[in-house]
Amino acid sequence: MSARRGRELPEDPLTRELVQQARAAAVSRRSVLAGAAGAAGLGALLAACGTGGTGGGATTGTGITPGTDVSDTEKLVRWANWTFYLDYDDDTRSRPTLEAFTEKTGIEAQYVEDIEDNDTFYGKVQSQLAQGQDIGFDIVTLTDWMTARLIRQGYVQELDHGNIPNLDNLVEGLRNVDFDPGRKKSVTWQSGYALIAWNTELVPEGLDAVSDLWKPEYKGRVEVLSEMRDTIGLIMLEQGVDISGDWGDDEFYAALEVVEEQIASGQIRQVRGNSYTEDLISGDAIAVMAWSGDIVALNFEADDKFAYKIVDSGVTLWSDNLMVPIGATHKENAELLIDHYYEPEVAAEVAAWVNFITPVEGAREAMEAIDPELMDNELIFPDSDTLAKAHVFRSLSPEEEEKYNGDFLSVIGA
Amino acid sequence: MSIAAALSTEAKHGPVGGSAQAPPARKARLGAYLLLAPGMVYLFVFFVLPIFALLATSLYERVPGTELGVYEPALRWQNYLASLSSYYPELLRSFGYALTATVAALLIGYPMAYVIAVRARGKPLLQGLLLVLVIAPFFTSFILRTIAWRQILADESWVVGSMKFLGILPPDGRLTATAFAVVCGLTYNFLPFMVLPIYANLERMDTRLVEAGGDLYANGPTTFLRVTLPLSMPGIVAGTLLTFIPASGDYVNSSLLGNNATTMVGQAIDRRFLVTLDYPTAASLSAILMISILALVLVYVRRSGTEELL
Repeated sequence: MSARRGRELPEDPLTRELVQQARAAAVSRRSVLAGAAGAAGLGALLAACGTGGTGGGATTGTGITPGTDVSDTEKLVRWANWTFYLDYDDDTRSRPTLEAFTEKTGIEAQYVEDIEDNDTFYGKVQSQLAQGQDIGFDIVTLTDWMTARLIRQGYVQELDHGNIPNLDNLVEGLRNVDFDPGRKKSVTWQSGYALIAWNTELVPEGLDAVSDLWKPEYKGRVEVLSEMRDTIGLIMLEQGVDISGDWGDDEFYAALEVVEEQIASGQIRQVRGNSYTEDLISGDAIAVMAWSGDIVALNFEADDKFAYKIVDSGVTLWSDNLMVPIGATHKENAELLIDHYYEPEVAAEVAAWVNFITPVEGAREAMEAIDPELMDNELIFPDSDTLAKAHVFRSLSPEEEEKYNGDFLSVIGA
Repeated sequence: MSIAAALSTEAKHGPVGGSAQAPPARKARLGAYLLLAPGMVYLFVFFVLPIFALLATSLYERVPGTELGVYEPALRWQNYLASLSSYYPELLRSFGYALTATVAALLIGYPMAYVIAVRARGKPLLQGLLLVLVIAPFFTSFILRTIAWRQILADESWVVGSMKFLGILPPDGRLTATAFAVVCGLTYNFLPFMVLPIYANLERMDTRLVEAGGDLYANGPTTFLRVTLPLSMPGIVAGTLLTFIPASGDYVNSSLLGNNATTMVGQAIDRRFLVTLDYPTAASLSAILMISILALVLVYVRRSGTEELL
């Protein structure tokens, strides 16, 4: 993963940032020295050396100029996604739906599994986005709450729906979301649940509830997710909190305390992003919090070694969205790619592999040609019983976000 | 140092074989400075300026009521206190791990260097082969090698399985996601940095001095302790510094082989910079790390310069 990332982004964001700071410092230092501030010299020098842009500075979202679209001349689109999030053919070592897109449009698609979790990805690209630079991707795939943040900050380009006629296939319920009315800047990629999963060879008795993860016999082999909303959400649900409803500090910290205790006692081996799948494969982790489709995808390669459960106390429901970052240089190609994946047949093909809930109307009918059994799969086409167990974590104000996320990160040792 | 020495020699005597006249001397001096220029410019742009930027960032303060990661220039010295009080465990842990790894690397590396430099002396083929063995790991990325260790030491691996079978590891024991694995990883990854300076030092040692020790009726261990070891001190100092300094700032081994209880300061800095966008804390932690290492190294070099350390 790292090696691949190295190839995609020869200069990592941190180095870039440092070089930029150095350049900015060279200028401000000269001006400071010209002013000969005397006693205040060092302090002023230090203050001048940093860049206002370190944190995106005072950039007010809309002020950022979008990247120039070179789609017409350069037939390329670059897509950052999570692992196990697009169909993959082991025999040909290729991604069939992506190849079909290249065949149809002549646009080469560079697909990189570069997203470990929302926070780390945002942290990596934020300073470039704030300056309107190209982050090396024309499409990124991020969860609702992060999508909301990017849109609020003006870090994404507006989509031209004329290039995405298939957007008409978007399911009714997702056409207007509170962070993006009319889906002008983002479209749903997949939805799914955070649930619990286990290795059936090493945990033959299986798990029934979230708190089964804390059984002494699994000590040191349990992993939870570094996505705060999923880990805390699952625990809060078990504690009887309606995570979509009106909860506050008491409920949050009661759940955080559980995580803290289980880390301190050594019950939880690691808190991980998408790489928990690696630990399931290696056998280091045997009972985990997981994302629904991942487990099915893992089972393709591991002879049904893993099992999952949508626990009765409830699971978290989230959606990931595709968007075009502000500095992206192949917006039209990105739109064509989105259009391709909103083709019901293509969506069904992806869903049959990733096993997440597809947002595309007609995919269920198209699934019949691929695998009729999957038409009743609760992970892809959930029935009302399953949906009743799925809850969306309520949106947080920026202050809550900073407080809760900060405390969560310090508990997990970040 | 040697360039400065060359400069001063030239200043006094003029270029070798040249006349003592002033103009050529000045030209030669200018030439030396020109040769230095790329290095100085490079250091200025990539070391001095970033350090100032880092120190400046460490004093920033949060702009109230703004998005995550927005800071403005200020002189908030409290940042240092706050970072220290929240991250002293990570700092201490880093130095503890780095020290353990350095000692382990010295214990493993010194005999290796000794064999290559002294025992294999006069057998260039063997010496070359052994040196290649030491350097060979560098042919692969160290991240890949560390990831490989994670696979090798995984709970379901044969290594852990046979260790449990032999009773070396308790039934619920494990190797990855432990402090032990992190220190082993550090030792492994930085071992060549220990071996090579000691080798370079021992390689030039005059073995007749060891013979002289024997002639004076000192036995093997005494000769080693009183002749070989003191003579190789510069190599040991260089090796321990080259191991300890990068090891204390390392975050790869701890991320890949450790868990949330083995967080080192490098990881904390990384996450503050890239995950929580808390630049001032990250920058002040970096500064604290830098200053602590500098202080430790100064003390160490001073002490090892005297007989006390022996």
